[in-house]
Amino acid sequence: MSSSTVLRRTGGALLALILSMANFVFAESDHHLPFSELKIAEPVTHFSDTQACVEPEDEMRRNHMEYILHQRDETVHDGIRTRQYALEECINCHATKDTTTGEFIRVEDDRHFCASCHIYAAVKIDCFQCHADVPVRASIQDKLQSGMNPHDKMNNEKNLSADTLELLTSKGKFNE
Amino acid sequence: MSDTDQTTVSRREFLSKTSTATAAASIAPGVFLTSAAKAKPADTAVTADNRWGILIDTHKCADGCNSCVSACEEENGWGGSDNSEHESNDEQKSQWIRKVELKHKQTGHVTTLPVMCQHCETAPCVDVCPTGASFKREDGIVLVDKHICIGCRYCMMACPYKARSFIHEDLKDQKPWAPRGKGTVESCTMCVHRVDEDGTPACVEACDSENHQAMIFGDLNDENSIISQQLKEHGGKEIRADLGLNTGVRYRGL
Repeated sequence: MSSSTVLRRTGGALLALILSMANFVFAESDHHLPFSELKIAEPVTHFSDTQACVEPEDEMRRNHMEYILHQRDETVHDGIRTRQYALEECINCHATKDTTTGEFIRVEDDRHFCASCHIYAAVKIDCFQCHADVPVRASIQDKLQSGMNPHDKMNNEKNLSADTLELLTSKGKFNE
Repeated sequence: MSDTDQTTVSRREFLSKTSTATAAASIAPGVFLTSAAKAKPADTAVTADNRWGILIDTHKCADGCNSCVSACEEENGWGGSDNSEHESNDEQKSQWIRKVELKHKQTGHVTTLPVMCQHCETAPCVDVCPTGASFKREDGIVLVDKHICIGCRYCMMACPYKARSFIHEDLKDQKPWAPRGKGTVESCTMCVHRVDEDGTPACVEACDSENHQAMIFGDLNDENSIISQQLKEHGGKEIRADLGLNTGVRYRGL
């Protein structure tokens, strides 16, 4: 009997000690759980009924990697340079600018279109170790070059945003 | 079909002969010609009907001129213009194309020439690659598929021309048309992104705009192309012809 009581008492004392220590730790961090400070960015939606992606939204959400993978092999090995599923066009279309600085948001930032989902889903991508994560050259030149409209469901002439227009007229490689 | 081909040939002639073409002027024909006939539609795979090559006339290659190298740096985002390799030393930094100076010991005659990937038909780098990342396209351009390159650097050891480089550090702000990144091997792509859109490699364009016209780009399989005619008339040597690699880059005056 005595041994179990001692054990229980010792256990109770230990538990109390641990709890008080834990309390102390929590008190130090303003009673927040350690994870509560972690910001988890919700995925951002950049398309609407008027501005469609190259494939339906649900298809793109699930299978965008298949399209990019397919296109990548065709481009590297066979020189097929259609713009429809080109990663560069994804970036040209989905790039977002920081509202305060006016600079394009880089992929390290969780507001970047690709990063917003991939950080949320904890799926690491290595595309941007080599590929540009922000628009570099004016995409309309490539549409002219390839003779194909990358977003077949969009009327690009009418739907160009102010940012895209600025990019096309001032920052395009071929417009310098 | 013949109409298309003739248009293509005349465009290449035009580009290589327009010595006074400034950067802006050389863009204009590129844009203009998109509405005219193209050699290859964007959705068609390259075929073995073409074999792209460059003929370099070392007599015309000027001593001290470095414009082909700087044009390549600018176009593909390596070296000085980009300067993104901060951690690498000069031995480690990428070098897609270099100027080589040869001095004849007896006569003292100096020859300068650009050396880059020679785009061999039987490329040693392709032979040794364990993953198939180093490959030759149907049209003879030798490339690295960086998606499957594991960075073993066997190809660098195998290449007799020291044409390949390895990237040792994280890079930022690469050109979208020339992706390059840490842990992969890279080399001259013969400006494959330009060639696929019926363009001319940046080095050749730069040499023309310097008015040296030491480099001719064209289709070795097309007997009517300027490069084929020049090769027929004057011949062209391979560097290390003894290796029997049948290179796509040929030299005159060596």
